[in-house]
Amino acid sequence: MSESTRQNTMYGLMAEFDSAEELVKSARTASEAGYRELDAYAPFPVEGLAEAVGFPKTRLPMITLIGGFIGCFGGFFLQVYPNVFGYPLNIGGKPYYSWPSFIPITFELTVLCAAVSCVFGMLILDGLPTPYHPVFNVSRFELASRTKFFLCIKARDKKFDRERTKEFLQSLSPKGVSEVPV
Amino acid sequence: MDPVIEEKPSLVTPESPWIGAGQSYASVTDKIGGIVLTEKTPKGWFLGFGIAIIFVLILNMAISYLFAVGVGIWGINVPIAWGFAIVNFVWWIGIGHAGTLISAFLLLMRQKWRTSINRFAEAMTIFAVMCAGMFPLLHMGRPWLFYWMFPYPDTMGVWPQFRSPLVWDVFAVSTYFTVSLLFWYTGLIPDFGTFRDKAKNLFVKKIYGMLSMGWRGSAVHWKRHETASLLLAGIATPLVVSVHTVVSFDFTIALVPGWHSTIFPPYFVAGAIYSGFAMVVMLGIPLRKFYHLEAFITERHLNNMAKLLLATGFIVTYSYVMETFMAFYSGDQYERYMMMNRMTGPYAPWYWLLVACNIVIPMTFLWSHKIRTNTVSLFLIATTVQIGMWLERFIIVVTSLHRDFMPSAWGMYYPTKWDWAVLTGSMGLFLTLFYLFIRVMPAISIFEVRELVHKTVEESAH
Repeated sequence: MSESTRQNTMYGLMAEFDSAEELVKSARTASEAGYRELDAYAPFPVEGLAEAVGFPKTRLPMITLIGGFIGCFGGFFLQVYPNVFGYPLNIGGKPYYSWPSFIPITFELTVLCAAVSCVFGMLILDGLPTPYHPVFNVSRFELASRTKFFLCIKARDKKFDRERTKEFLQSLSPKGVSEVPV
Repeated sequence: MDPVIEEKPSLVTPESPWIGAGQSYASVTDKIGGIVLTEKTPKGWFLGFGIAIIFVLILNMAISYLFAVGVGIWGINVPIAWGFAIVNFVWWIGIGHAGTLISAFLLLMRQKWRTSINRFAEAMTIFAVMCAGMFPLLHMGRPWLFYWMFPYPDTMGVWPQFRSPLVWDVFAVSTYFTVSLLFWYTGLIPDFGTFRDKAKNLFVKKIYGMLSMGWRGSAVHWKRHETASLLLAGIATPLVVSVHTVVSFDFTIALVPGWHSTIFPPYFVAGAIYSGFAMVVMLGIPLRKFYHLEAFITERHLNNMAKLLLATGFIVTYSYVMETFMAFYSGDQYERYMMMNRMTGPYAPWYWLLVACNIVIPMTFLWSHKIRTNTVSLFLIATTVQIGMWLERFIIVVTSLHRDFMPSAWGMYYPTKWDWAVLTGSMGLFLTLFYLFIRVMPAISIFEVRELVHKTVEESAH
């Protein structure tokens, strides 16, 4: 493989660290150095790491809220239409539009739709399921779900240069730096 | 260039109340993951699983016969048309409640001790709801028409009657099951990723790879994962309260003496948490012993759960007292008679056994630190509570129905062997599912324990 094609077939460069603190610090340094296409990998959620790689906020709460509203209004309508218009039933002389008795199901459906949109929203935003991802080509990456912490600068970053980025990552004193083939 | 950061070994030293000394990211991963992936399955597992399977077969037989012949094989008849089916339903769904409470409510309260018990408690919830959901269907008479309870535009032109608490139940229980399952699976995704990376066998690797959906522990994904967990916890906490409230509405909306009471929703929720924590204790103690998980499920965990048993037990006791007081204070002769009949009538021995199991024994012994931290005595007390809570539902269902208003309509209820077969069979089903769960899934949340190691080390450094 020639040098120029390798640049195109590279996903990025990955540095390995021993602790969460080092990873957060290095991710901050990298984004201060002007790298924008970063990602960090850890075996558990690390406080401040998402912010350090330039991801301050997620849209998930809004998605969940919208899901909840859909469930709430949909659930209420689901009961009002059949029991008031579609198939009115006289139960113990209660008014057809006896809305308090529609509240429990409205609540349950609010919860159901909010939870479903939360979980599926998370998966869709994450892009999961991902059957193939380049980071798994790094053999040491298996440890990302165990003990090790990784910082990846992607090749599509404007500032990315194979040699200079490698030097930069080395300057963060990692355990090792490896190339991530596509 | 950055100064070289001093390398800190992520090792728990000294012992913290929530995790044993000497634990690190690797040891946590190996211990919990090893139960599934590397350790030889203990002989006791096969024994327990085998016994549980026998009861599943009994359940299978009982249900097959039920479908062939009808609900007449049970002891139910007018005036007691509910019987064991509803007793078991309420009991099982109550057991489920503690799992959600641990995983959701304790997360919102930022309680560290939920970390090592939430996973199997959530599994318990799901399996308990499965067992619970079975009973109303079996009790329907024509279970194959269960879908009539869902609102769908059918050719008959009829719709469900949404003013009925029995229809509320359908929505509450199915929502509860779905949300619990989603919550559980969300937590499992990163751990499946660990299993995928840890597994040696290619087939096993592929299975866990699919289950993990390609989870790679990206910081962005973790952020969303944490947000989703918090949101789900916030959603699940009111849900868990609503589910048993709706179950109690099945009773309170009726005018039967002893049922028509406003105390029922909180009383049922407290009872549900009581029996649920008893079940967590009953599952946690053997799990801890046979898989040597003392470093994760510490003495402090058991002590905390026992304290929660004590606290919820008090709410239950208060409810019993208020229920009795209100029956007499109401001035209603039917209410008064119901309570007198409960205490002195044909089912009185069971009522007093329930009082002994739910109030006298736990409320006497759980005060002692020694008894709370002794696994054998705590297990026995939890078993007592479990029996007591089943009896509570039996007393509520049966004593109110068997003598309501007109003495000419009174009757007695005697369970048949098929009633017992379904009850014990459902326990077998629950245990079978739980045995399978600990064999193929991480019974303790690995990534959360890693996080706990990290935080413990961080705190002890300061």
